[in-house]
Amino acid sequence: MQQSIDYTEIGLIAGLEVHQQLLTKTKLFCRCPSGLYTTEHDGTVLRHMRPTLSELGEYDGTALMEFKTKKNIIYLLHESNTCTYETDDTPPFLINQEAVDVAIEQCLMLGCDIVDELHIARKQYLDGSIPTGFQRTAIVGVNGRLPFRGRELSITQVSVEEDSCREVSDNGHLIVWRTDRLGVPLIETVTGPDLRTPDEVEEAILLVGRVCRSTGHVRVGLGASRQDVNVSVRGGTRVEIKGVPKAGWAPALVHGEAIRQVNLLQLRDELHQRGIKSPEAITIDHRDVTRILASSEIDFFRLEGWDRFNESHDRREGFESGKGPFSVRAVRLKSLRGTLEHPTQPDLTFAHELQGRVRVISGLDQPPIMVHDGSWPGAAAELKALRSALHCEAEDALAVIWGAEEDTLTAAEEIRLRFADATLGVPAETRQPFADGHTNFERILPGPDRMYPDTDSPPLALGRDRVAALQEKLAEPPWEREERYSAAGLPRNTIHFLIRRGGARLVDLVVNEAGADLRSTGFFFGERLKGLRRAGLQVDDITDEQWLSWFRLMSSQPVLAEILDEVVAWMARHLGNDPNAFVEGGLYGSEPKDWRQHLRKIAIGAQPKNPDGSQSQRLAFLMGLVMPNLRGRIPAQEVLLEIDPGANGKRDGQ
Amino acid sequence: MNETVKDPLKGYRGAARAKLAEWKVRVWSDVRCTNSAGSIFEGVVLPRSETFDDLHIVLKLRTGYNVGVHVDRVVSIEELGYKEAFYKIPEQEFPKRPSLPKITLLGTGGTIASRLDYRTGAVIPAFTPGELYGAVPELADLSNLTTRKIFGVFSENMGWEQYVILAEEIEREIAAGADGIVVGHGTDTMGHTAAILNFMVQDSPVPIVIVGSQRSSDRPSSDAALNLIHAVKTAGEGDIAEVQICMFGPTSDRYGLLHRGTRCRKMHSSYRSTFRTISDIPLAVVNREGFRYLGPEYLPRDPNRRVKIDTAYDNRITILYYYPGMDPDLVDALVEKGYHGIVIAGTGLGHVNTPLYPALERAIKAGVHIVMTVQTLWGYAQMYVYDTGRDLLDIGIVPLDNMLPETALMKLGWVLGHTHDHDQVMEMMRTPINHEITPREPHNGYLILQGGLPEVEAWVKGHWK
Ligand SMILES: [Zn+2]
Repeated sequence: MQQSIDYTEIGLIAGLEVHQQLLTKTKLFCRCPSGLYTTEHDGTVLRHMRPTLSELGEYDGTALMEFKTKKNIIYLLHESNTCTYETDDTPPFLINQEAVDVAIEQCLMLGCDIVDELHIARKQYLDGSIPTGFQRTAIVGVNGRLPFRGRELSITQVSVEEDSCREVSDNGHLIVWRTDRLGVPLIETVTGPDLRTPDEVEEAILLVGRVCRSTGHVRVGLGASRQDVNVSVRGGTRVEIKGVPKAGWAPALVHGEAIRQVNLLQLRDELHQRGIKSPEAITIDHRDVTRILASSEIDFFRLEGWDRFNESHDRREGFESGKGPFSVRAVRLKSLRGTLEHPTQPDLTFAHELQGRVRVISGLDQPPIMVHDGSWPGAAAELKALRSALHCEAEDALAVIWGAEEDTLTAAEEIRLRFADATLGVPAETRQPFADGHTNFERILPGPDRMYPDTDSPPLALGRDRVAALQEKLAEPPWEREERYSAAGLPRNTIHFLIRRGGARLVDLVVNEAGADLRSTGFFFGERLKGLRRAGLQVDDITDEQWLSWFRLMSSQPVLAEILDEVVAWMARHLGNDPNAFVEGGLYGSEPKDWRQHLRKIAIGAQPKNPDGSQSQRLAFLMGLVMPNLRGRIPAQEVLLEIDPGANGKRDGQ
Repeated sequence: MNETVKDPLKGYRGAARAKLAEWKVRVWSDVRCTNSAGSIFEGVVLPRSETFDDLHIVLKLRTGYNVGVHVDRVVSIEELGYKEAFYKIPEQEFPKRPSLPKITLLGTGGTIASRLDYRTGAVIPAFTPGELYGAVPELADLSNLTTRKIFGVFSENMGWEQYVILAEEIEREIAAGADGIVVGHGTDTMGHTAAILNFMVQDSPVPIVIVGSQRSSDRPSSDAALNLIHAVKTAGEGDIAEVQICMFGPTSDRYGLLHRGTRCRKMHSSYRSTFRTISDIPLAVVNREGFRYLGPEYLPRDPNRRVKIDTAYDNRITILYYYPGMDPDLVDALVEKGYHGIVIAGTGLGHVNTPLYPALERAIKAGVHIVMTVQTLWGYAQMYVYDTGRDLLDIGIVPLDNMLPETALMKLGWVLGHTHDHDQVMEMMRTPINHEITPREPHNGYLILQGGLPEVEAWVKGHWK
């Protein structure tokens, strides 16, 4: 799949915006619990968004585009995690100080200079992802740096902001959101444009993730961290691939975007060669061709097909399905024949760009959204009839869209606008990533015009004392920890896992407080615990006190190490309870009276069922017989020596 | 930017002001500021609110974010340029269509439509038809709009002088042939204005619609545009020729409610659906498509009817919100200060405690007119039910049945502008002009659904709130 390309030659530049949720009890601007997600709702609100004028008396391009989509926006609310702030029926409360502290701590980890006074800004989003129509956000730190591949990765700025709603569905003109995640504090870390290859992007995501997670004060798990990857090539434009859920997706996405930009620049040159040198030079005309295609073999060209599609997607007329009667619209693209087949991303063509824009902006989303004469699905005669109805010349291209009439008009205009952009090269946009490495249009990239001060929130002076106090308690940076763990003999993968999933904090806790051995503790939290987690035990909820007590018990009575799995299982089932209760209750750690005599007695008579006469078979049998009663009380090795004084050196178990 | 003398260091005091002066930069200077940690901030120096401390300089960075830099950490500020912002709302000519109704929008200072000063966050009201057309183009499909800004005060600064001017302006617009009048108003005291206009402007031939917004129009989710659309539609096409409030019905963007001005109250400090008709049902539902009249009788539109304007008033009136343990000297103080009328918001059916009786009696003897309303808002003052109430009646306190306390206050001020004769005052107070007292409370006039109950939750879940 990967088309080979020299990234240096095309001038690939990439940077990151890493979003990481903070672990706080409540949300950023209200007192709702943070991180409590629901799948049910007990209330709904319907809203629309209207763009506000910018300081130049103009509408922000993105805002206007999102307004054109005429979306009905529904919020699903649940009383447990949503109050009147989330529905924008109450102004914000003062910013959550716990979140500010965690954000400062994160900034310090990232080597940032903490700003003196926090100013909360509004960042407009009209897609409905935030019911106010804007996200509240504030810069906390600037000018940071991280060691990266023998050089430095610069951190431009770190802001603390409220997370947005979770999308439930997007069906024609209706988008549905859930408000549970809305308002969860997160930090956005913006790196400089310092990355040069797709692999570097992946590595940088992992590095920033490790730094954030080193504190133990951030959320982990699905959706707790997401990154936007900014990519451009020489002559291209910064394009934001938004919400990449896994670092592993990054290389293919970055590669794909690089190829896309190179191809779009070639398309621009091709358009210029055809004499289409500026946006104004794009001319299109279009007309309704519903009648011409009324008896087409293609289902989506006919009213019945449209009705069936709406029915199967539960679309109400005028609400989800758009306004006006069903219409098939043919668009003549003057002198543009062949351009829709121009390659863009690996395995995709320029037609895909048009389909993405049409889907998002006009709301037309019945696959394949748009067809054209280069990929005509129907009879050749039909195409011929359409081309002649539109008076197409040989060098003209033809595209067809269908759906509610108003939407087809919006779509035709959008096709023109996308071609107009193509005459300039690569449009600045936000793109949605997919697992297979391709991306699709999400929105036009917003400019600084969409930011304005939040008049509901006063500025907050952070104070050097506050910063110094947090600096004092700061966790070790991951590269130092990595060195320390590595010196103790832990493999790199285990170390990264421990840092990523928060286990490193526990390792250091029990090593420092309970005198445990770093290497074995690292293996325990980094490897062995995985199996127990997979078995469904709530091992991540076991408290620090439980772990400390257990490791203290183990260091005073090493024999207890042999019942480790049982103890962990017990602690997970008795969250918060001291494992000492389990140890004492089971008489673990204490030798049974006269156990040697008992053992010798048992050993005399016992035989395996089908003895093969070998000593090893006999010993295995005997150990299996006696160990269940002695595990955690007598070291297995000692038991073995008792049964077979000749055995030595061969250690059982861990 | 209306000040004639501009302070180039607007809002900066003390150390911050000195620092800016030291580096010879002004508000709106485009600067590069370096701090002691070596961080570089590039952006525009913003004015600072005078209520904030004098230790920070506010910059709008290139990214659009703002930060405050502490003066003690400033190493240098270098001026790169100067970018004063001139804010102007784009004006587009409001299209004239002879077939559409003539509507006048009177502005009192509440911002119905506005635009944000993106750098400072200040809100600039959009008001001329051209500005409004730029912000809410739908208005051109509903009306030929004229606008007049009468005064620019916050809702809480409205008072008797303003009520009189407003009534007179309404008279003028009606005389000039308006098909309907919209009054833009802040929401906090919208109920008071709606009540007093019902007394000062009677028998209007056309709708008089008071409208505002709960979320300012500088936010994409604002209720302002839709409220304005509903109000203009009501003024132009609605049939109710009363002074009415037009605001969101639910918090969702669905429809507006038309509330009778004498029976309406703001019931939540911030919800969009804050206005509720009390002890009755609203007059009508309005949306972009049309009206649904809900049943209460109303004064229909009649271009031939002559409006009566009566702006007499006496502002020496007050509301006494009774609470347990209220000291009687409070009443004495009001008498001493020369108050002419007191509206008591009593407990329950209209009660105050016994120690207050002698003071109230003294007040009435001194010529103060005292009326009783209920602080429960819903329901009637029924003082004959208990002995305590009967005692108050004996003293000469007159119950106003189910008149809302604020409506009673407005009416008492208006009535005292006409007469101080006790019997006449009370006769006028008890004779409703526009349903400020109603003979009966329909059972659906009091519906505060209690959340948490399964049947209520089931209903709420199935509806857009
Ligand atoms: Zn909340």
